[in-house]
Amino acid sequence: MPELNGEDEPDPIGGGPRRRGRTIPPGVAVRSGRETLSAELALTIFRQMVRTRALEERSIKMSKSGEAYFWIGGPGEEATNVCLGLQVHKGQGPAYDYLHLHYRNAGVMLGMGMSMLDHVRQLGMRRTDPHSMGRNFVGHYCIPKWNVVPVTSVIEVQFAMAPGTALVQKRFGGEGITIVVGGEAGTAEGDFDSCLNWTTRPGNELPVLMLVTNNRFGISTDLRTVHVDRPVADRAVPYGIRAETVDGNDPIAVWHGIARGMKHCRELRRPFLLETMVSRMHGHSSSSGAMRDPAEADPLALFERKLLDDGAIDADGVTALKDDAKAEADAAVVEAMAEAQPTPADVRRFTYADSEVDAVYPGDYTGLPGRR
Amino acid sequence: MATLVQAVRLALHYGEEHLGVTDVFGEDVGPPLGGVFTATQGLRTAWNSPLDERGILGTAMGIAYAGGRPVCEIQFCDYAFNVIDVMKVAGNQRWASAGGYPMPIVVMTPTGAGIRGSLYHSHSFESWASRLPGWKVVLPSNPLDAYGLTIAAVKDPNPVMLLLPKALMRVKGDQLLPGEPADPDELSRMIDAPVGADRAGWKPRWPAMREYVVPIGSANLAREGDTATVVSYGRTLPLCVQAADELARDRGYTFDVVDLRSIFPYDWDLISRSVEKTGRLLVVNEDTEVTNFAEHLLRRVVDEHFYDLLVRPRTLMGDHLPGIGMNQVYETNSVPQAPHIRDAMRELAAEAA
Repeated sequence: MPELNGEDEPDPIGGGPRRRGRTIPPGVAVRSGRETLSAELALTIFRQMVRTRALEERSIKMSKSGEAYFWIGGPGEEATNVCLGLQVHKGQGPAYDYLHLHYRNAGVMLGMGMSMLDHVRQLGMRRTDPHSMGRNFVGHYCIPKWNVVPVTSVIEVQFAMAPGTALVQKRFGGEGITIVVGGEAGTAEGDFDSCLNWTTRPGNELPVLMLVTNNRFGISTDLRTVHVDRPVADRAVPYGIRAETVDGNDPIAVWHGIARGMKHCRELRRPFLLETMVSRMHGHSSSSGAMRDPAEADPLALFERKLLDDGAIDADGVTALKDDAKAEADAAVVEAMAEAQPTPADVRRFTYADSEVDAVYPGDYTGLPGRR
Repeated sequence: MATLVQAVRLALHYGEEHLGVTDVFGEDVGPPLGGVFTATQGLRTAWNSPLDERGILGTAMGIAYAGGRPVCEIQFCDYAFNVIDVMKVAGNQRWASAGGYPMPIVVMTPTGAGIRGSLYHSHSFESWASRLPGWKVVLPSNPLDAYGLTIAAVKDPNPVMLLLPKALMRVKGDQLLPGEPADPDELSRMIDAPVGADRAGWKPRWPAMREYVVPIGSANLAREGDTATVVSYGRTLPLCVQAADELARDRGYTFDVVDLRSIFPYDWDLISRSVEKTGRLLVVNEDTEVTNFAEHLLRRVVDEHFYDLLVRPRTLMGDHLPGIGMNQVYETNSVPQAPHIRDAMRELAAEAA
């Protein structure tokens, strides 16, 4: 198992999961069916899930308070996202994993070590937003130093791009893989099949982990009314791609599902399709109210119950983790909203890279040709 | 002299050997065909893709994210309409990421009518392309410019669309490319694949080409005159030149014929100077006439040169029709042909100020 990702900043509470009350006996494992996680890893996952949830709930609050215009995210997908983020080989260039994400992946980024602050900077449209300088919707991350390419609101186009990064990685050698994430509704787009097809050209199979988070809805449309009632994972069959469907609300199951998919891609340099069944606890986005949907199972509450039942943590420990996460999110909002906003001088910046062969725009865009 | 399509091939070869091109790919781009117009025949990095335009552009973007320098082809621009949103995304990547990711890709695609291509091989694309901010769009009208613009497209670290006029692919130039052998038959023996079974073991013998850049955003004054200004590009450019020569000979009218070469950024300075001089402007292209790129040029001329104009500025464009029909009566009566261009230029020059 690779070393886990963690926050870039020194952890104010000392690295690992914070525990109060009794300590965990060594060797305790948390179990789901035949699969287990060590208590230490389970608590690391749990803590990142708690942080992700706190960040999402604070983000929804911002969208309702007027501090932000729009919220979209992934409450209900924390187990899947955190387990992915913790297992990414993080770095820049083809030796490391490339991430083609969609807009419900805050847990992936927190799992990789992104600060809450950098999420809130984008939500708050600050000039300091490292992903887009206040230009893009929240959750549309871009972190070149970690191979996180820009998230696009257009559904599924990232599946058309993933084979390109994987092609370079396969030529490069090593164990770097490409990870592409989307929802089940997006698989209706042809770009999903493009990815299946381009990653299985004979002799040119590509190391792409396709992760489909299946929350059973596309905005307001029930999956069962527009798709055949078969697992998305079955779409891999005609391409000869290995595929699985796992319970994405169960961190133990999804941790191992992702680990199997990654191992397959890293070692065999071939694609893998993983479908994780997840919840959508606050609807599609703020455009549909972002209210809690009581019919949706809560992976965080389920995991909390399991950890308490198994003695991996006690109630005081849970409360402390949640209090810490909420305080962290609140502090991130206060800090971000005090930062500068973009200025009119920023509007054209970063349109073009410098070019030695362009007579009109040797540098950045300056307005219509010939007009200064 | 090399043809336009040979010039593109030679420039891509130069790009592979000297400018870091890692992949030239698209439908039928690799062996054995080397592109339906043979623009990629014999190239070292050329490979065949699935028949999937969205996958082609998406994969090019992925290669670029990971540090490669791809050139991809959409076989005909007529097939690019299902990929236009991916083009929009490619154009915004650097802006959206506030400089995080540049997007150094080249998309080349044949454009325009003139090959008896019927409904789906006669489209023009430059007006659509001009509405993709973040892109640069070039459109040569002769082999030397095709060579220089292809090399510029490869060297530019931004998305560049290289539109190639279908009707001029086989037209030879009147100037040698830098490094091209003087004997055109010798060039053909060196770089054109034999037809038939002989092709299996065939390898090109590349001439030692040299770098030549036509700067993006620089137009060419194909003819110089005082009576009026004609701006065009691609298939209609040589027709404008021909008409200018005939009208100079027959009527004594002389024209500035501006070969725009770059749709965006366009050479406003050259257009502007010429309109100031002549006070008369005609923009000619073959794209459909509603929301045509020529209308943008006209808007700027009206905005910035209204009081310099002697007569109303005008356009000659393709009809606003759903397609170009197979029988030639459709094509010759819906996109500008030589007589239409000559008439429009004569009327522009003759109208009383």
